[in-house]
Amino acid sequence: MKLDFVHKQSAHCECGVTSNLINHQFKDSGQTISEALTFGMGEGLFFGYLPFIRVNKLPLTTFRCPVGKIFKQVTSGLGISVKWEKFRSVDKAMAALDRELEKGHPVGCRTGGYWLPYFPPSLRFHFNMHNLVVVGKEGDNYLISDPVFPTMVECPAKDLAIARFAKGALAPKGSMYRITKVPETLDLEPAIRRGIKRAANAMVKNPVPFLGARGIGFLANRLERWPRKFDSGHTQLLLGQHIRMQEEIGTGGGGFRFMYSAFLQEAATILGDKRLMSVSTLLTESGDTWRRFAVKAARNCKGRATDDDSFEAMAETLRTCSKIETDAFRELLDIVS
Amino acid sequence: MKKKDVPQDPGIIDDYGYELCYAVDNKGEYDLVPSIGWEPKNIANDQAWDVIDRDVSKALEGVRNGRLSPVAYYMAKHQMDVGLLAQYTGFYQWQVRRHLNPRVFRKLKEKALMTYAALFEVSINALKSIPESTGPTSR
Repeated sequence: MKLDFVHKQSAHCECGVTSNLINHQFKDSGQTISEALTFGMGEGLFFGYLPFIRVNKLPLTTFRCPVGKIFKQVTSGLGISVKWEKFRSVDKAMAALDRELEKGHPVGCRTGGYWLPYFPPSLRFHFNMHNLVVVGKEGDNYLISDPVFPTMVECPAKDLAIARFAKGALAPKGSMYRITKVPETLDLEPAIRRGIKRAANAMVKNPVPFLGARGIGFLANRLERWPRKFDSGHTQLLLGQHIRMQEEIGTGGGGFRFMYSAFLQEAATILGDKRLMSVSTLLTESGDTWRRFAVKAARNCKGRATDDDSFEAMAETLRTCSKIETDAFRELLDIVS
Repeated sequence: MKKKDVPQDPGIIDDYGYELCYAVDNKGEYDLVPSIGWEPKNIANDQAWDVIDRDVSKALEGVRNGRLSPVAYYMAKHQMDVGLLAQYTGFYQWQVRRHLNPRVFRKLKEKALMTYAALFEVSINALKSIPESTGPTSR
């Protein structure tokens, strides 16, 4: 059995799942929302350097809001009702999934990445922030619309079961969700304004020094101290970890900054506000600066650093990002409030 | 990022398709552009696998010279630590730590061996024997 579900590849899994699920509900009326729009309405953009949270024994740097927030914010902003479920028992979780599919509902699931056999081997790490839509079952295989892949994929039931119950930090515990009720039309404007306002508040009005645009400066200060504090092997690991968080599949490049710029361009058209276009250009510049930072960091990882790639130069690059993003989000606050 | 600058460096995704990047065209408008990878990402990814490979060979050496049980090897191979393995198997962490000891491991009951064998997707016999070589982990 296979539901009639339009699979559209996206850069980021949760945004792709959200827009694909919503577009499925509105397929008769022809209204669609893009991945970038969901990212913006879901207050996706963020920054946080959290050295006290360890991923593979190394500090966590995040460029986006916590997992699950985008879907929650977008659906609540657009007045869409959602049914969330979590499970203790694997069998019950899989049975509930089958029941929803029988009824013809595509179901979103949060899973771990390590156990999904269709993942490229070099990306099979333990991370529990992956989202996908189950759209059918044939024999013992589930048909899955995994938005970071070009086409639909198949996954054996036993692998999906363990992926849904992956363990470790942020264990998904069989989380699944589906849309139950949608309004007649999608009223995008208030949701966009709300999304921009909240993201901007989190970025420039955040009292915590290691979060938001100020957090980027905090990371820059820390980074400058790394060569004095740690041996070169460890600093290389720290830099490598940062590159992975910033650029690993799912960000659309530049730690989500390009995706947010794309959102601002769409928002400028929908809200009819030219100023958003200029902020979009600012954030594109920030994304480019983040990419330059990744190049410098990668040269350090390879031991090929030139004078341009010193830790002072890298910290300076980060401070540029911090400054651009502070200006950009201050301006956004002015525009939407 | 400009459309023409979207990198196409092979390495991570290979035969598994491509990922999408956001990039601007000549008029400054955003579009989605497929990319098969980027060198800095490849470097960071390789580095992560080097760490895993190092852990696996260390565990394998321990198994070969009788300091560790094969559970240690499979644990490293599946990128787990004692805490994560305990969560997956349902054992307590102190139990997993004991199972890493070859003398304790040899006396393990069938049921406990089954738990490990099922999780690591190997037969009980394979679990009990010393693994052949490390090879590249999952790369």
